[in-house]
Amino acid sequence: MNRFAWLLDRLAYEPRRNAKLALIADYLRSTPDPDRGYALAAMTGGLVFQNAKPGLVRALIAERTDPVLFALSYDYVGDLSETVALMWPAKHGANAVPHLPEVVAGLRNSGKTELPRLIASWLDALDETGRWALLKLITGALRIGVSARLAKTAAASIGGIAPDEVEHVWHGLEPPYTELFAWLEGRAPRPQATDPAPFRPVMLSHALEDGDFAKLDPAAFQAEWKWDGIRVQAVSGTRPDGTRVTRLYSRTGEDIGASFPDILEALLLDGALDGELLVRREEAVQSFNTLQQRLNRKSVTPKMLAEYPAHIRAYDLLVDGEEDIRELPLGERRKRLENFVSRLASPAVDLSPPIPFGSWEELTAARADPASAGAGADAEAVEGCMLKRLDSPYLPGRPKGYWYKWKRDARLVDCVLMYAQRGHGKRSSFYSDFTFGVWRTSPEGDELVPVGKAYFGFTDEELVELDRFVRRNTLNRFGPVREVTHEAGSGLVLEVAFEGLQRSTRHKSGLAMRFPRISRIRWDKPPREADRIEALEQLLPA
Amino acid sequence: MRPSELLIPTPAGLYCPPADIHIDPVRPVARALITHGHSDHARAGHGAVLATRETLAIMALRYGEGFTSSQQVAEPGAVTRIGSVDFRFVPAGHVLGSAQIVVECNGLRIVVSGDYKRERDPTCAGFEPVPCDIFITEATFGLPVFRHPPAREEVNKLLESVRLFPERTHIVGAYALGKAQRVMALIREAGYERPIHIHGALATLTEFYEEEGAPLGETRLVAASERKALGGEIVLCPPSAIQDLWARKFPDPVTAFASGWMRVRARARQRGVELPLIISDHADWDDLQATIHETGAGEIWVTHGEADALVHWCGTVGLKAKPLHLVGYGDEGEAEPELAPNEATPSEAPP
Ligand SMILES: [Zn+2]
Ligand SMILES: [Zn+2]
Repeated sequence: MNRFAWLLDRLAYEPRRNAKLALIADYLRSTPDPDRGYALAAMTGGLVFQNAKPGLVRALIAERTDPVLFALSYDYVGDLSETVALMWPAKHGANAVPHLPEVVAGLRNSGKTELPRLIASWLDALDETGRWALLKLITGALRIGVSARLAKTAAASIGGIAPDEVEHVWHGLEPPYTELFAWLEGRAPRPQATDPAPFRPVMLSHALEDGDFAKLDPAAFQAEWKWDGIRVQAVSGTRPDGTRVTRLYSRTGEDIGASFPDILEALLLDGALDGELLVRREEAVQSFNTLQQRLNRKSVTPKMLAEYPAHIRAYDLLVDGEEDIRELPLGERRKRLENFVSRLASPAVDLSPPIPFGSWEELTAARADPASAGAGADAEAVEGCMLKRLDSPYLPGRPKGYWYKWKRDARLVDCVLMYAQRGHGKRSSFYSDFTFGVWRTSPEGDELVPVGKAYFGFTDEELVELDRFVRRNTLNRFGPVREVTHEAGSGLVLEVAFEGLQRSTRHKSGLAMRFPRISRIRWDKPPREADRIEALEQLLPA
Repeated sequence: MRPSELLIPTPAGLYCPPADIHIDPVRPVARALITHGHSDHARAGHGAVLATRETLAIMALRYGEGFTSSQQVAEPGAVTRIGSVDFRFVPAGHVLGSAQIVVECNGLRIVVSGDYKRERDPTCAGFEPVPCDIFITEATFGLPVFRHPPAREEVNKLLESVRLFPERTHIVGAYALGKAQRVMALIREAGYERPIHIHGALATLTEFYEEEGAPLGETRLVAASERKALGGEIVLCPPSAIQDLWARKFPDPVTAFASGWMRVRARARQRGVELPLIISDHADWDDLQATIHETGAGEIWVTHGEADALVHWCGTVGLKAKPLHLVGYGDEGEAEPELAPNEATPSEAPP
């Protein structure tokens, strides 16, 4: 457990991808089976423990600490595992430090009644780093900046093979992956059970920059809408025994199929689609907020499936039947895609339509008004355009010169900071979640009404200043939330950028912003000069 | 005399009406008593300053000789009477010259801790607990998540990394006053004998510490042109410099930061620190509690830092406590703005 904890700790502080790869590869090379296999499983999300839940950890720490001190500490640190690891009372000479396989077996096989005592005994035996790593394992969220793909790439490197080769055998294997390591180390043949539906690394685009158009020929490009959903890869394949395997992957290769049975069951043709996952209801694509109802769910109720039907808007085809077509130019893949989607004939999958244009001026006009340029009722889910060279092969990563994204211009509005909450993850321990409002007329005179919340857009230096402002201007505390001074003459104005606006009954203002972020802090501007609600209402879709 | 007549929190800092003085004022005042040289406690522009000899010297180095119109040395342990109030400076163990101020009048004794720590520090006199009626404490690390490991172990972590990566420069961010010199002294105690390289912003105070007898060994100023040649060496710089262009000119640098904040992973990651060194010049949670008990005070006032948690804890052990909500101290650095005005990182010279 100590070596595993040391690895996670080092990874958590290491920002560079190559150094992360080296650390993981080093660990895998120098750690015996089965420890390294469980570590790899932890980093690829392959360890799920039925009975070990964050609630159990909270109960354990509640028995050992003052509730107020725990709440203040958690609020400060922003991460449950780390808070508990730091606050856990030291118990010297408790017992022997457990090994990783012992921990995995214990978490898998212990019942709900014996688990708390077992976990407490491990926490007593471990040091702070060990406790933190154990708790990360139990709560299931490592958050150390290592994707499944990165961990597999590191594993592939110890055998000197391409990461795709590991992807191909991956789904036929189980932790602790002893056959995989035997193969990587040349001690055994490639594992037999090859995966008929593996993940293939996705192709990414570059942001279009000023002046790029002068260098680009419109005739060489295809344009599509950029949809406000999540990028997925939907793969279907057949095992030698004839059974079908279907998988839905995120863009980093995490298997998210469990949350989307409605998509999996639509994938009845062998192949690999690249597309956008959306919620489509009443013939229109719904907002990202609606899609969020479906994300990160371990189980899905029939009611959710009916209320938030998932949909794939396909824009590329990587594999057609048995044939890998990634080498073909986009123009040809597009024809194959159209054919594939029509053969699939599923209401859950449709084509992302091309935007007709002859010149950059025409495309600019289309982007400014997607509704009349073909997006119709789906226009609200458009966040810009994609430009793809017709001759581009499908390449992993972000190759230069093929694909571009051209986002919609953000709208700007001056708001007044009203509430702040401490953030989580990288921003934890700073006040970094900001609720802001604009002015409106009320019977008692002008008042601020909250219109949104933003977590990013500022630099680390600005974050320190915002945090200081919050601490110095706190009016009230409501649990983790601080209300800060917000009057006509004193308070802080934030210039907020957002991508679009919708009516919402959930918000007091009747409005909901899409992708709000803080674009500038207006230390210079008094709150009375911030915008009024009418300025926002003008931007609502008719 | 009621405590609230002897010391009251004001926007300028703690004020003592019967003596008409402020302690560590954050705005210019007529007469100031200053606990230590960190720039959030020791500011320029007061009419008269009473402080330890070292603190006065540090203020002169940082702000120039004219930092105040008149100055008076507080001898350690000696009583200075102002009006009807007796003041006494007692070591606080925080940085060189740092002191607690004992305020006594008509049998009521209040101790103002300033910033303090209890862990041994080879570069300054250790904290001495003073029995009192009211103890006014800082709470920079006043949360039970802050338990500092022994500084010696943290320095070993640094030296271990130097052995592991003998080609890489180890750049250690450390506050210019106190922390940098303490880290150097601890590195020497751990047996490291090579010269320690320092950023220009640390030079003046490091020289002062050496004159005062701190065992820092050989220190060398980093010249811009020789950075490429410092692979395998230890370089100390102010925290703001670790992310500067300045730091990137060293061979494959390992970024370290010596601060109590490094206990929280997000804080370290936020600053891009790869090697967090949990070394603090402030008392940790356990030491805050131990110190409060040792003073025997029945009432605790908390000046700055994580006051809520410490005040709550006092309640659980039957002590009366309140936060003073003094502003202008600490905030984000290890309870001091990182640099005094004349110590800013020199910008890269154009080629
Ligand atoms: Zn200080
Ligand atoms: Zn301070």
